[in-house]
Amino acid sequence: MKAFSYERASTVEGAAKAAAQTPNAKFIAGGTNLLDLMKLEIETPSHLIDVNGLGLDTIEKTAEGGIRIGALVRNTDLAADNSVRRDYGLLSRALVAGASGQLRNRATTAGNLLQRTRCPYFYDSNQPCNKRQPGTGCSAIGGVTRQLGVVGVSDACIATHPSDMAVAMRALDAVIETIKPDGAKRAIPIADFHRLPGDTPHIETALDHGELITSVVLPAPIGGKHIYRKTRDRASYAFALVSVAAVIQADGRGKVAVGGVAPKPWRAEAAEDELRKGAHALASALLADARPTQQNDFKISLTERTLSAVLAEARG
Amino acid sequence: MPTPIQLELSRRKLLVSSAATVAVAGAAKDVRAADIRGKALQNTTAVALEVNGETQHLVLDNRTTLLDALREHLHLTGTKKGCDHGQCGACTVIVDGRRINSCLSLAVMHEGSKIQTIEGLGQPGNLHPMQAAFVKHDGFQCGYCTPGQICSSVAVLEEIKANIPSHVTANLTEQAAITSAEIRERMSGNICRCGAYSNIIDAIIEIAGVPA
Ligand SMILES: Cc1cc2nc3c(=O)[nH]c(=O)nc-3n(C[C@H](O)[C@H](O)[C@H](O)COP(=O)(O)OP(=O)(O)OC[C@H]3O[C@@H](n4cnc5c(N)ncnc54)[C@H](O)[C@@H]3O)c2cc1C
Ligand code: SF4
Repeated sequence: MKAFSYERASTVEGAAKAAAQTPNAKFIAGGTNLLDLMKLEIETPSHLIDVNGLGLDTIEKTAEGGIRIGALVRNTDLAADNSVRRDYGLLSRALVAGASGQLRNRATTAGNLLQRTRCPYFYDSNQPCNKRQPGTGCSAIGGVTRQLGVVGVSDACIATHPSDMAVAMRALDAVIETIKPDGAKRAIPIADFHRLPGDTPHIETALDHGELITSVVLPAPIGGKHIYRKTRDRASYAFALVSVAAVIQADGRGKVAVGGVAPKPWRAEAAEDELRKGAHALASALLADARPTQQNDFKISLTERTLSAVLAEARG
Repeated sequence: MPTPIQLELSRRKLLVSSAATVAVAGAAKDVRAADIRGKALQNTTAVALEVNGETQHLVLDNRTTLLDALREHLHLTGTKKGCDHGQCGACTVIVDGRRINSCLSLAVMHEGSKIQTIEGLGQPGNLHPMQAAFVKHDGFQCGYCTPGQICSSVAVLEEIKANIPSHVTANLTEQAAITSAEIRERMSGNICRCGAYSNIIDAIIEIAGVPA
């Protein structure tokens, strides 16, 4: 790990300002992704701003009937919250399908959204990677691609976003609230939060330099059946090959997001018109632009089958 | 007057004798220019931790993980370094009542935290019931993952009592039950390369007081 200086921020305004004023600074929350990458010198911040003391660790009701989740709420606490269990069940389910009990006790809402890809070549600093080092090439293309993306990918990068939580939040139309170093606040719909790689795969989100996530807002509960189904190589403690987050209403309509297949939680609102025709129609619409490799084209049929299981569970 | 050779020897001794001193001395020289805010940027930070009931004041290189602070600075070597990347669970300790991977946390982020390690859970002659159950059921082979397994086990039973759901919890709006399936799922962050899993589950089940 490279040496770095460290400060404990005490106000959100101060934290954002410090990030802009200190060269090569980064926020640290749970540390479970950032420290992993710093040990490998894939992330090399020279200053860390600890945001754990900002008091952003509560879940509150909004005037609109939804909830505002503090950026520092731990994944365990979010999954265990009574209103989340009752009104946003798929979010609880997605959270407890991710990582391990120990990791969820530290991992935070903001950190989870911002976790970086698990592409094995991104982690292997002996190999070129456009995301890690822009312009060096993509080792995954033509390499071992079983885990990697099938849709939304580009010629520069085919990595997936590994979060389970974010897939549920995409289906729930979450909004990410932030503060910038100049004090300006904004709200970013989750659909616009993660960026597709295009030819700049190192730019992963809509956040500006020094912009701090303060909370994530969920709109008022919409009822329906809440399902999160994760298909993976082990029954527990493994990243998704394919996952489906869905809210299905009694009339068969609903909202569906897919994980494990794309550089961001994958949802196409227009495709949801196909929901009542079944899993095949829905999967075909969702993955219409897919460009899988020989090694990962199984994710196309796996998506359809996972959707099919989700729709059966919703009916049952 | 020491001869040159003696000097050389004592210098070496100094270098190996205390990694902590060397790290701090090295880092202190490395204070970078103040940033635009006029704040001095230092590579070390003072932190007070309560470890197994005793307050410890340390000045640490910011890079020091909680795991390295426990092992290298406080010489509590019961907590083990396995993968050092949050994957194996050997470094599991209980911080403010919750189990975490001490390898993926900086010690300086734990100002005021109460940390419980395997040494604090129980000692020879005064074993924690979970430690005794691991011995009774042979819940290990080489023993390297065991401190992490035991810290995790103790915390898992508390998590179920506190009604924190897991991937196998059938109904999110009911109290989570202490079952073998729940314990297996919740222990998946602790890897045992010897494969002592079935005996580990037997030990936890006995302490949980449920039929296997
Ligand atoms: C072994 C292992 C298995 C895992 N398995 C899964 C899995 O199956 N599913 C899954 O979804 N995840 C999994 N994870 C990933 C885990 O969920 C993430 O590491 C965690 O959610 C990151 O949260 P954190 O608070 O620790 O983030 P940190 O590591 O603290 O931060 C991550 C990033 O977010 C930035 N950041 C943090 N807070 C803010 C803020 N408020 N505003 C702006 N920027 C911020 C940091 O600067 C950093 O760049 C796994 C991790 C490990 C180590
Ligand atoms: S897929 Fe993306 S992250 Fe993986 S090697 Fe290629 S550029 Fe890097």
